[in-house]
Amino acid sequence: MTKISNDNTQRKAVALVSGGLDSMLAVKVLQEQGVHVEGINFFTGFCVEGHTHAIRKKDRDKPKRNNALWVAEQLGIKLHILDVSEDYKDVVINPKHGYGANLNPCLDCKGFMVKQAMAWMEKNDFDFLITGEVMGQRPMSQRKDTMPVVSRESGAGDLLLRPLCAKLLPETLPEREGWVDRDQLLDFSGRNRKPQMALAEKFGFKEYAQPAGGCCFLTDANYSSKLADLWQARGEKTYEIDDIVMLKVGRHLRPKPHFKLIIAREEGETNFLRGYRKNYISLNTVSHSGPISLIDGEADEEDIELAARLVARFCSGRNADLVTVNVIQKSGESKDIDVKPLTADEIPQEWYV
Amino acid sequence: MSELVLDARNLLCPLPVIRTQNQVEKMNAGDTLCVQCTDHGVINDIPAWCRINGHEILSIDEQEYEIVIKLRVGECR
Repeated sequence: MTKISNDNTQRKAVALVSGGLDSMLAVKVLQEQGVHVEGINFFTGFCVEGHTHAIRKKDRDKPKRNNALWVAEQLGIKLHILDVSEDYKDVVINPKHGYGANLNPCLDCKGFMVKQAMAWMEKNDFDFLITGEVMGQRPMSQRKDTMPVVSRESGAGDLLLRPLCAKLLPETLPEREGWVDRDQLLDFSGRNRKPQMALAEKFGFKEYAQPAGGCCFLTDANYSSKLADLWQARGEKTYEIDDIVMLKVGRHLRPKPHFKLIIAREEGETNFLRGYRKNYISLNTVSHSGPISLIDGEADEEDIELAARLVARFCSGRNADLVTVNVIQKSGESKDIDVKPLTADEIPQEWYV
Repeated sequence: MSELVLDARNLLCPLPVIRTQNQVEKMNAGDTLCVQCTDHGVINDIPAWCRINGHEILSIDEQEYEIVIKLRVGECR
């Protein structure tokens, strides 16, 4: 069915497509009403579900796909992926509405994304926005009291339609204008996924990604702890993309407040970290096989010796009297030092970030 | 018709796709682009992006640490 409004124009909606089931359903609901839909997906730097797979060799053979692209292909819509990582820093560093259980600024994040989508919509001459939000599904951004906040603060106002729970919300402009039929929209609420699964079955979606939300590292306690450690060590809340990618790679141990070690856990991580050697002091055991390690922070000779002893603990010579470690400065200056590996007892648990 | 090379090595997905998308926007139909990558995820992602957006994959050369994907820019943009 192609829905033609009173002025005989097929209306165009831009959908925030995460790659999860909800946004997939929201798009399909609108397509069923004849609305032309294109998707938009944002790279914030934290939607890094693929990073570990990309880095770790053992994961390389597992099927990996970008779910947003996959969803777009299933729906037959275009997908525009925008790199918003620079502007997103302010959302993570200064969230007006604070953080969730970890360093996840979900309410600010949603407002930011809708605002970005609004700008794209206006630039590309689309009529309105849709999201796959379900009332009550997320503790911060998808509550009855916070959903209007997103509409208001993003500037989208009543151009923002949430097809899956529209009947629980005030009428939006696309409904009032007859661009979409409110009666065919839905009233999903809560964390129960059964209505979505039933709708997926109705639409013939046999395969879909598990519920979204796990795609953002900021909701992960371990990751957030590493980011908080980074900010504390630097004395300020700042980051670059390389920093936040690096938080997913290797073991992180902080023997002293002013430096930490990133120690590769396997061959894939070793290869990945090797690409960053020019940005960090790097250590590599040469007398015994072992992982590459990078020092993040400023380290003097004494610090480097401690780091080398720590690295030696993670090589095949951990029980040897001495291990030779090659140390390469950022300048490229290289030298070998012989160190006694730390014993397990000499590595306090607090060093593990 | 021009042929360009895009260096997307050491970038993790979806950045190689975004760089490809941004480069293709500046190109004309029929032009070819060779994208050099190190994230093996591009083997799925760049062809998917091309199928969605009407571009043609000409070849995928996968080595152990580097992948080169050659595509032809389509009319439909």
